[in-house]
Amino acid sequence: MTRRWILFLPLGLIVVLAALFSYALLSGVDPSEMPSALEGEEMPAFQLSTVQDSLDFKTVEDLKGQPFLLNIWATWCPSCKWEHPYLNSLSQEGVRIIGVNYKDERDLAQAWLRDYANPYELDLYDPNGDLGFELGVTGAPETFFIDSQGVIQYRYQGPIDSALWQDELKAVYENLD
Amino acid sequence: MKTSISPSLIFVTLLLLGLAATAMAEREQRYFDNDSLRDRYEQLIWELRCPKCQNQNIAGSNAPIASDMREKTYELLHQGYSDEQIINYMIDRYSEFVTYKPRVTAGTVWLWLIPGLGLLIGAVAVFMLARRSGQQGAEPISDAERQRLTELLEKDRDAS
Repeated sequence: MTRRWILFLPLGLIVVLAALFSYALLSGVDPSEMPSALEGEEMPAFQLSTVQDSLDFKTVEDLKGQPFLLNIWATWCPSCKWEHPYLNSLSQEGVRIIGVNYKDERDLAQAWLRDYANPYELDLYDPNGDLGFELGVTGAPETFFIDSQGVIQYRYQGPIDSALWQDELKAVYENLD
Repeated sequence: MKTSISPSLIFVTLLLLGLAATAMAEREQRYFDNDSLRDRYEQLIWELRCPKCQNQNIAGSNAPIASDMREKTYELLHQGYSDEQIINYMIDRYSEFVTYKPRVTAGTVWLWLIPGLGLLIGAVAVFMLARRSGQQGAEPISDAERQRLTELLEKDRDAS
């Protein structure tokens, strides 16, 4: 019979599916990981005051010129507290970090920056999470890697620590132009 | 004439009211300009997926981000956005992840094609197998066999 191979088609299909599923199971793909819609896009426009001064408004033009990290944080976020000392040491190494205080209160944020030191070149105050929404932020902390033109190159969800920085994120930062 | 309301009816009514209250407890109070906006709002929050939670739509989630997305949906509806524009607005910020109804693209078109293709391949396979077994059907019986068959039948009839 010339067309006998067709009987093996279902078997072939099962094998392909099994391969796909075992790849997904064994390679540790995280189903809750969500791609960022903003990678490769321009940083969205905004007008926000700083944590320190409610009359001092900043826009996206104030950020452009040099590559930077845009760190979304809040005083209600435990991982942000955990991450904070490492951001301080990155800042001392000369990494440019812009902070976005997300859905928080101004006096709490000010006290935090006083008590735990301030690694941010600029502290944007986003009490309603408007800039956060434009950036597709789902929680804190999140860190965006943005080049000197203001184009978002990479987004990391979760706290940054020294191992992660050395292994992965440092290279991303150094590749920003 | 005096009508009496049975105590059990009161009980059931209160019970249902209680259930309704718990079902609504999670949600914001919202006022819509008209019923069509309300219907579209309900439909949209049912179709949009919460980016922070596994397999929950934003209608059913208490995550802060789901609440923000409901708020945004409500605002955009009242600014005159169409349903498609609202979904695209969310996708532009939160990626394809946030819609339970994927858009048709070169990558996702297979979701619609594969079931059809599967059916087609199955139908072709069944058709070919059926035709082959049809061709292999029994040979017509010979005269000798027909003779023997008649004898057997007659023997049977005589016996009964």
